[in-house]
Amino acid sequence: MEYVDYYKILGVDKNASVNDIKSAYRKLARKHHPDLNPNDKEANKKFQQLNEANEVLSDPVKRKKYDQYGKDWKHAEQFEQARQSRSQQSTRGGHAFSGGGFGDGDFSDFFESMFGGSQGGRSQAKYRGQDYNAELHLDLLDAHKTHQQTITINEKNIRVTIPAGIEDGQVLKLKGHGGPGVNGGPAGDLFITFSIANHTKFKRLKNDLYTTMDLDLYTAILGGDITVDTLSGKVKLKVNPETQNGSKIKLKGKGFPVYKKEGEFGDLYITYNIKIPTNLTEKQKELFIQLSKL
Amino acid sequence: MQKDLISTAEFCDHYHIEYSFITSLEQSGLIQITKVEETPFIDIDAINELEKYVRLHYDLNINLQGIEAIIHLLHRVEDMQEEIVALKNRLKIYE
Repeated sequence: MEYVDYYKILGVDKNASVNDIKSAYRKLARKHHPDLNPNDKEANKKFQQLNEANEVLSDPVKRKKYDQYGKDWKHAEQFEQARQSRSQQSTRGGHAFSGGGFGDGDFSDFFESMFGGSQGGRSQAKYRGQDYNAELHLDLLDAHKTHQQTITINEKNIRVTIPAGIEDGQVLKLKGHGGPGVNGGPAGDLFITFSIANHTKFKRLKNDLYTTMDLDLYTAILGGDITVDTLSGKVKLKVNPETQNGSKIKLKGKGFPVYKKEGEFGDLYITYNIKIPTNLTEKQKELFIQLSKL
Repeated sequence: MQKDLISTAEFCDHYHIEYSFITSLEQSGLIQITKVEETPFIDIDAINELEKYVRLHYDLNINLQGIEAIIHLLHRVEDMQEEIVALKNRLKIYE
């Protein structure tokens, strides 16, 4: 436990008046207040020290005790113990500085040993920690399946379960994973914004997928079986005879998983792009001429 | 609808602040007040932000103009912090 020089923390001398202390505290609190320094642990720590110094020096009783024993806190502790023991013998009652409401570790050990914890008041209000924001980049294929990913926020690794079907720009809130609260206040939340890159041949609109597929002229005219790619594997498909260029078919349930609805999927829409044959042989040309004359 | 709202009178009473402070914040566009049968309410979701304004004004003695400037700058700081986090996470892909 180290001696804490409260006068030094507030930058005032030993003879400072109550007004000097108040003014010094306000000035420094404006600089280090957690509301003005989001996600800054050092500022939070400094603000707690300022609060502690203000709590002691702005209270005439505490200040007197601090001035009397502060530099030699070990003696103060012994003095307090002796005094408490005397007090308990005579009154079986409490002791001078231990009645504080929430001495919960937000004060230095030095403060706790001398004053037994905070006495409360506005300057010791509990503040909720800062909310943190993070962006997570995923590939469309990653977003297709529920998976876990570890992200680092303020040097802390957090394992996040990302449900299948998450959308580009969607925000996930992880309660209590933001900045720590001040004076025992609750921690803030972590907001993760997803940025989903699509390197596949599928275009995604909500839960539906869209793609185009080349179809040779003969299959388009005569019909036949083809194999198409979906995000969950290959699927065999029957092409109707006389299929037109640009016509669309829907593969039900072969789209993207619906967010947080297990077993539900969007649809896959395929647009046929019929390829006209090139570099025809003489024989082929002749046959096409014959066809055109029919 | 009312379960997501808290009356301004209750808020002012709890924090021992004047109602005029709340109206000044509303006039400057920092908060929104919803009226239900002529009674002013604040959205529960806005309470965290409102508590911040209360602390800035009553604990740090910052006036309304100061609060407006601070909030504007804090938004810029938060945007930049978000950008740093995003860039760091993107860099991790190449590590």
